[in-house]
Amino acid sequence: MTSATTERPTDAVAGGDAWEGFEPGPWQESIDLRDFILRNYTPYEGDASFLAGPTEKTLKVWDHLEKNYLSEERRRRVYDVDTKPPADIDAFPAGYICPEDDVIVGLQTDVPLKRAMMPNGGWRMVETAIKEAGKEPDPEIKKVFTRYRKTHNDGVFDIYTPRIRAARSSHIITGLPDAYGRGRIIGDYRRLALYGADFLIAEKMAAKDAVADQPFSEHWARYREEHSEQIKALKKLVTLGEIYGLDLKRPAANAQEAVQWTYMAYLASVKSQDGAAMSLGRLSAFLDVYFERDLKAGKITESDAQEIIDALVIKLRIVRFLRTIDYDQIFSGDPYWATWSDGGMTEDGRSQVTKTSFRLLQTLRNLGPAPEPNITVFWDPKLPEGYKEFCSAISIETSSIQYESDEQIRGRWGDDAAIACCVSPMRVGKQMQFFGARVNAGKALLYAINGGRDEISGKQVTEEGEFTPVQGDGPLDFDDVWEKYEHMLDWVVGTYVEALNIIHYSHDKYAYESIEMALHDSEIVRTMGCGIAGLSIVADSLSAIKHATVTPVRDETGLIVDYITEGEFPRYGNDDDRADDIAATIVHTVMQKIKEIPMYRDAIPTQSVLTITSNVVYGKATGSFPSGHQKGTPFSPGANPENGADSHGMVASMLSVGKLDYNDALDGISLTNTITPQGLGRTKDEQVKNLVGILDAGFVMDDDCTLTN
Amino acid sequence: MGESIDLRLGTPIENRRTGAGIEGMAEAELERSQRLAAIREGRLASIHSWELVTAVDGPGTRLTVFFSGCPLRCVYCHNPDTMEMRRGQDVQLEELVRRIKRYRRVFSSSGGGITLSGGEVLMQPAFARNVLQAAKEMGVHTAIDTSGYLGAVADDAFLDNVDLVLLDVKSGTEESYKALTGRPLQPTLDFGNRLAARGTTVWIRFVVVPGWTDSEENVEAIAENIAPWKQVVERVEVLPFHNMGQDKWDALGMEYKLRDAQPPSKETVERVREQFRARGFMTY
Repeated sequence: MTSATTERPTDAVAGGDAWEGFEPGPWQESIDLRDFILRNYTPYEGDASFLAGPTEKTLKVWDHLEKNYLSEERRRRVYDVDTKPPADIDAFPAGYICPEDDVIVGLQTDVPLKRAMMPNGGWRMVETAIKEAGKEPDPEIKKVFTRYRKTHNDGVFDIYTPRIRAARSSHIITGLPDAYGRGRIIGDYRRLALYGADFLIAEKMAAKDAVADQPFSEHWARYREEHSEQIKALKKLVTLGEIYGLDLKRPAANAQEAVQWTYMAYLASVKSQDGAAMSLGRLSAFLDVYFERDLKAGKITESDAQEIIDALVIKLRIVRFLRTIDYDQIFSGDPYWATWSDGGMTEDGRSQVTKTSFRLLQTLRNLGPAPEPNITVFWDPKLPEGYKEFCSAISIETSSIQYESDEQIRGRWGDDAAIACCVSPMRVGKQMQFFGARVNAGKALLYAINGGRDEISGKQVTEEGEFTPVQGDGPLDFDDVWEKYEHMLDWVVGTYVEALNIIHYSHDKYAYESIEMALHDSEIVRTMGCGIAGLSIVADSLSAIKHATVTPVRDETGLIVDYITEGEFPRYGNDDDRADDIAATIVHTVMQKIKEIPMYRDAIPTQSVLTITSNVVYGKATGSFPSGHQKGTPFSPGANPENGADSHGMVASMLSVGKLDYNDALDGISLTNTITPQGLGRTKDEQVKNLVGILDAGFVMDDDCTLTN
Repeated sequence: MGESIDLRLGTPIENRRTGAGIEGMAEAELERSQRLAAIREGRLASIHSWELVTAVDGPGTRLTVFFSGCPLRCVYCHNPDTMEMRRGQDVQLEELVRRIKRYRRVFSSSGGGITLSGGEVLMQPAFARNVLQAAKEMGVHTAIDTSGYLGAVADDAFLDNVDLVLLDVKSGTEESYKALTGRPLQPTLDFGNRLAARGTTVWIRFVVVPGWTDSEENVEAIAENIAPWKQVVERVEVLPFHNMGQDKWDALGMEYKLRDAQPPSKETVERVREQFRARGFMTY
């Protein structure tokens, strides 16, 4: 379906004074943030010396927040829950942290840290979370969401197949977004600032009616219905603005408004959706255009600029969702992944680093370290030295920065891409992901060996006779196990993707992200973000079977529950091709199997090797392995080597991970490293330089120097 | 690479021990006579392990290669499994050179290079010479980490390919040196003098072992010894003894004299550092 060109509203277009001084271009004719940024932003090549500390107001608000709310929340786990109105963009009256909270305004509810219900994902989770927070759900609301209004969770379970239920209850597939918001969608929140809501509404109306004369099809109907939902959401966003005394119908006219408008668009999202990851996108260069204009005009000082960014970051640090204790366990706390992507180069080779990139990092000094927003730097050795060193210094001081290879992301997704959650890249406003959690590739290996019997419960999970377990008591044979593993992966991946298709079909139907999608183009790319857990365990186990002698140990029922591994074997994570190639082959094989399956809404299948937080949960539900990994113990995160297996240093493990083919894992690969600042050098200066060196080295390798023995 | 790197700083890492092995390097299998010829010509060496480390064995991120075999028997050795050459694994020159080549980008972007350590690298000088030369030909920064006891085998041509010497001086007097290592001190002093005369950059290393090396007099003696090398000594690294090698001694069935010994106090370490600083050395 094509969305025809739109007729622009006559007055709103003209950003009027709001666009004064901006370099004109195609961005004025239709929504094109990238074009606006590339024409208007000012790269900054200098160092951090221009930055300003926190203002008195910033400190006062932050201090008030800490004393009255954050400390209290740490004590209670959940500060408060509003059990009355289900959340929505315009469901709550205005709220403020304190009287001085007037730089960037807006809270999710009317009180800081008070959480709202979002029952569209499923009532049971909401009810559990309310009770765990020490409150009782409102009976009327409960009646609505259990009798009158079907939820995403209800929809999914109406469709789930028996094999999905079996795989789910035996934990080979866990953490699926079938009872909570899927997230991983980044609205292009900048659009509200640049164009104003009137323009955005007009564009969506035009896109909706551009197909009005086409004949009925389900696809067509969904397109029109979703557009109506988006338009309603934008109108609610305007109402939200009015609640806070802001005229969001028009474009932002200055730096403070640009930040405020962008935040309002984001706030509307986190008021109406509690996705597992609610990422922000790529804001710095965009906002910097406004800061530069105001600074040049003498309207603001550097201190004002920093105060505005600090105020925004304070707001981002107090976004909260109503989660269950179980959920917190899977995700190790209640992160919401307000990932703010920064740095990187443009396609024509300019650095996208601006002074606002520095201001964002400066918030970690002004307000102290915090996990949110999740600042993610797109690293390229060609980034300005001043910025690289500042990132490194802030990393050392706060441990609060994540790094991604810019070249990889830019090469595949362009230079206006951002990360959703922790590694998933997408073009902002042009692409969304169907979040797929991950499948337990480690447990799948044990299923292969046991012919689909669960190594913990002993239950036959796959159909009786469908798979042959390993025969005899002799040592495991690599070729035999690999063949069985491939065969088992067909079942596991097939079941997994079937579940994902059902989940996203249902999520679109019952918990559609109307405001986030209103801040996307009408025609977008969708990816299906599949993922695996347990990579290093499978790689090491297969390596053990290949290079050492692995003898299975059976219980009285014949179930293989442990292994005796004799002899040495190479382990993944030491820049040793013998083990690293096995890891790369596993990732490739899983991807091939995913690709064979048709995807809901023609999504492009992708894969991630990522688990930052759920390793404990995966480990708990999984038995012992030939690698020596013990039953019930945590997996190592993401693409990390097995805990303790990488004995040749962090850079060697980075190089091992680098051998996984990015084409097999377009949704990203994560490697978590823990180092002490002291481990980086004797002086701060030495530490900063060494960390820059590690990042430079880790993200760029010669293609011609693979080891071939 | 397509990965994100999530750097969580702040949790202490364990003090480093070697023992990682030679993963990724093919172990050579040769006939005995061929093997001896290869060792003589420096095409084969007995290697304990390798590691990519940052800010530990010289500047930047480095490939540290631990050679097997050491003429000293330091009572506090935290890698006693490197003492005997026979415990190492045979690695061919081309194998190691290939690995150095692979890491050139790591070295250039981090200001690092290679460090030949051990054991005692100078126990296998022909191999070390070839590795250092190959590294220099690739423009890679080179360091050797040595006690200096076998310094005499490193001739001028050898040292021409060494950018940095990490010189572990152990102790300050003949007596204490002998008690600690079983060998005389003088060769190390001779080596230091040569390095100073040649202008080869040196980082002095000194392990503070309570009751063995930590006395004020001993440290003064060391400071006295190294004072003439001032113009080539870029820094002095004072390293507190740790007891993490104990299980290795046990595993090897060797008697460990420092069983259950405690690391030096912060105050002692700081006092030692001050002693070197008082002589004008950049000390960490």
